[in-house]
Amino acid sequence: MNIYVLMKKTFDTEEKIAVNNGKIEDDGAEFIINPYDEYAMEEAIKQREEHGGEVTVVTVGNEDSEKQLRTALAMGADKAVLINIEEDVEETDQFTTVKILEAFFDDKDVDLILAGNVAIDQASGQVGPRLAERLNIPYVTTITDLQIKGETVEIERDVEGDIEKVETTLPLLVTCQQGLNEPRYPSLPGIMKAKKKPLEELELDDLDLEEEDVEPKTKTIDVFLPPEKEAGRVLEGELDDQVKELVSLLNKESKVI
Amino acid sequence: MDETKEKFFKGGGFLIEDLQAEDVITPEDFTDEHWMIAKTTEDFVIGEVLPKVDNLENHEFDHSVKLLKQAGELGLLGADVPEEYGGLGLDKISSSLITEKLSRAGGFSVSHGAHVGIGSLPIVFFGNEAQKQKYLPQLATGEKLAAYALTEPGSGSDALGAKTTAKLNEAGTHYILNGEKQWITNSAFADVFVVYAKIDGDKFTAFIVERDFPGLSTGPEEKKMGIKSSSTRTLILEDVEVPVENVLGEIGRGHVIAFNILNVGRYKLAIGGVGGSKLGIELAVKYTNQRRQFNTPISSFSLTKEKLATMAANTYANESAVYRTVGLFEQSLGNLSQDALNDGKEVAKVIAEYQIECSLNKVFCTELLDYVADEAVQLHGGYGFMQEYEVERMYRDSRINRIFEGTNEINRMLVPGSLLKKAMKGELPLLQKAQSLQEELMMMMPEEVGTETLEQEKYLLKNAKKIGLVAAGLAAQKYGQKLENEQELLVNIADIVGEIYNMESAILRTEKAINKNGLEKNKQKILYTEVYVQEAFNRVEANAKETLIASESGDTLRMMLSALRKLTRHDPTNVIAKKREIAASIIEEEKYIV
Repeated sequence: MNIYVLMKKTFDTEEKIAVNNGKIEDDGAEFIINPYDEYAMEEAIKQREEHGGEVTVVTVGNEDSEKQLRTALAMGADKAVLINIEEDVEETDQFTTVKILEAFFDDKDVDLILAGNVAIDQASGQVGPRLAERLNIPYVTTITDLQIKGETVEIERDVEGDIEKVETTLPLLVTCQQGLNEPRYPSLPGIMKAKKKPLEELELDDLDLEEEDVEPKTKTIDVFLPPEKEAGRVLEGELDDQVKELVSLLNKESKVI
Repeated sequence: MDETKEKFFKGGGFLIEDLQAEDVITPEDFTDEHWMIAKTTEDFVIGEVLPKVDNLENHEFDHSVKLLKQAGELGLLGADVPEEYGGLGLDKISSSLITEKLSRAGGFSVSHGAHVGIGSLPIVFFGNEAQKQKYLPQLATGEKLAAYALTEPGSGSDALGAKTTAKLNEAGTHYILNGEKQWITNSAFADVFVVYAKIDGDKFTAFIVERDFPGLSTGPEEKKMGIKSSSTRTLILEDVEVPVENVLGEIGRGHVIAFNILNVGRYKLAIGGVGGSKLGIELAVKYTNQRRQFNTPISSFSLTKEKLATMAANTYANESAVYRTVGLFEQSLGNLSQDALNDGKEVAKVIAEYQIECSLNKVFCTELLDYVADEAVQLHGGYGFMQEYEVERMYRDSRINRIFEGTNEINRMLVPGSLLKKAMKGELPLLQKAQSLQEELMMMMPEEVGTETLEQEKYLLKNAKKIGLVAAGLAAQKYGQKLENEQELLVNIADIVGEIYNMESAILRTEKAINKNGLEKNKQKILYTEVYVQEAFNRVEANAKETLIASESGDTLRMMLSALRKLTRHDPTNVIAKKREIAASIIEEEKYIV
């Protein structure tokens, strides 16, 4: 089976976000594999262990993305592809990423593509489904179980806490939800082997794309942090007075009623 | 490692040599693989071990065994075991990073350390081919777990005073072991014990003893102050029959194994101390950022900043020093052939070359750990006294580090002794240096010190080395062979030598980093170095002064003190201001950063 994993690097969950000139500062930030993509990685390895084949992990990013790709290789992926757009593209959106991936998959023989349900940074959840549309293959989002039986695929997906059972066929794209599996730690032998596994680097040119082809369809107007949370206030006095004060505060100060 | 031969540095040589930044290995040289190994270890500790801490602290050792086996599956037990014997044969930086990251697991890290270090390494280093084939593959994966049994009720630091006996049976097939070994880590579940006993009452020898050899049993679990997550029991040997092929190393040469293993144990404890110090800083800064008094986060008080910065600057120096030592191992091991690397004795020899560095690292890192744990509790106020807070366990867990693998007192006293031995054997030209220095001091003129980054620090380091030679030289001259009775002086000298190693390691690391990517990106490192070197130099001066006063009197003393004054003349650094700057970045990042 030809299995592909779409991976994105995101800020480490412990990183503090700083905004400067409408942009998120990433200088010196620590990056990790998007946690939902780790479920995709783990599932890909498990499916390969069961059905054989090869796992290729693909990312659209920059030179620094190599680190996360090596981690994926250490977890057990067979090959990695870095589509490095640092030199060619300034602004990106989901369209950009999908367009690039579409071109990448153009000549690939695909059985299964796995992606995270969302990325924890921008959380659009669009790249997977839109790519499947462009490739004209079925897709199922937020999956929590995946059973492949020949050409038939049985899936359980998370629907706001309920489970929906879906049957579909290969080739297929799925996006992975928490609960699907427990991602493994890259083992030390895995880390040492990862050094020797192939990591291919591509640029737009290699995919026959021009900068104009991938120009974003959306424009980011502004980026700002949520207002800082202020300390709570404890009302005092008789219960009746407290209620009156609360109503008046909700009305006049926070203007919610 | 490069194909070319690495430069070789003598153990203890730092006292007299002037090194270049490019001569030392620093954490900034670690590769992506090193950091991935560190991350896997850290994730394992946070994801698997910490959730089980309550069970482990309650002595539910089935969890320890399970976690150790899980660690084995990840490769966390095989780093120091050659590939040929089922391990990973990684470099010493990798295995050190595993140790550093595991330190957060408290008592469990002691279980891990006892298994991979003192439990397995005697076989890695001194086992014969059959013993290695038989035991190492299972130890590397965690299928079997190891323990180390040296200490006895009546013999701690005096290891050779052991009373456990071994007697060859009449058939000549087995040794019969009798005795008691005390405070044996992992004894609740270990399958393999390295046990020391005396054959015929005098030949101190190591044996590989399996748990199910008849006659072997363990006493009740000890009730300890800390590291409760580790198992500690007495190992009882009653007519235990050990096959003759299980003699480890040579008969009567058990002390060679014991001393070599101690060296390893020491640098590993030092690395654990660095990991623990970093954790202490993180716990302290997170708490003080969040805790508000007088409507202010208590991290914004300058006294809090002083504490955080002192912890961090000292951690930086220790980290620089201990990874420099590990780098020394790597540089020397790089000169060995693959055959020599597989023959563990050669590896042990390389580590033993740096026993002075190992002892100094152990002393400095474990004492800083205790200091950090203590101050981290203090910064938590009353909450730090409560068991819900990780810092409470850290405080109790840290204390043992100053005691085991040779008390810090023993380790300190080993340093001047080893230096003197090296000088006598002609391995280090210490005496020549000391003599030429005396002449130099007579003529010494005050020196103009530059104001470029690190110039002042290098000047202080240069003078600290001279002060060290003066103090050690004087004590040696005055007391000769009887110096070993002057334990206070030995300890003073060891402290001076240790400060020199730490100062130099911090300076060279910072300089190497500046050479690589400039001043701007290394501000924090520069501040750490400036603060550490100034404070260390003050301690060097105090120790030297005390040593001179205890060794000389009258005019000679006055002359020596005047020389010391010349050597210590400098424009002091404003450490309070620099510490506030250091703390600002730590408070911002909520952890120890470089």
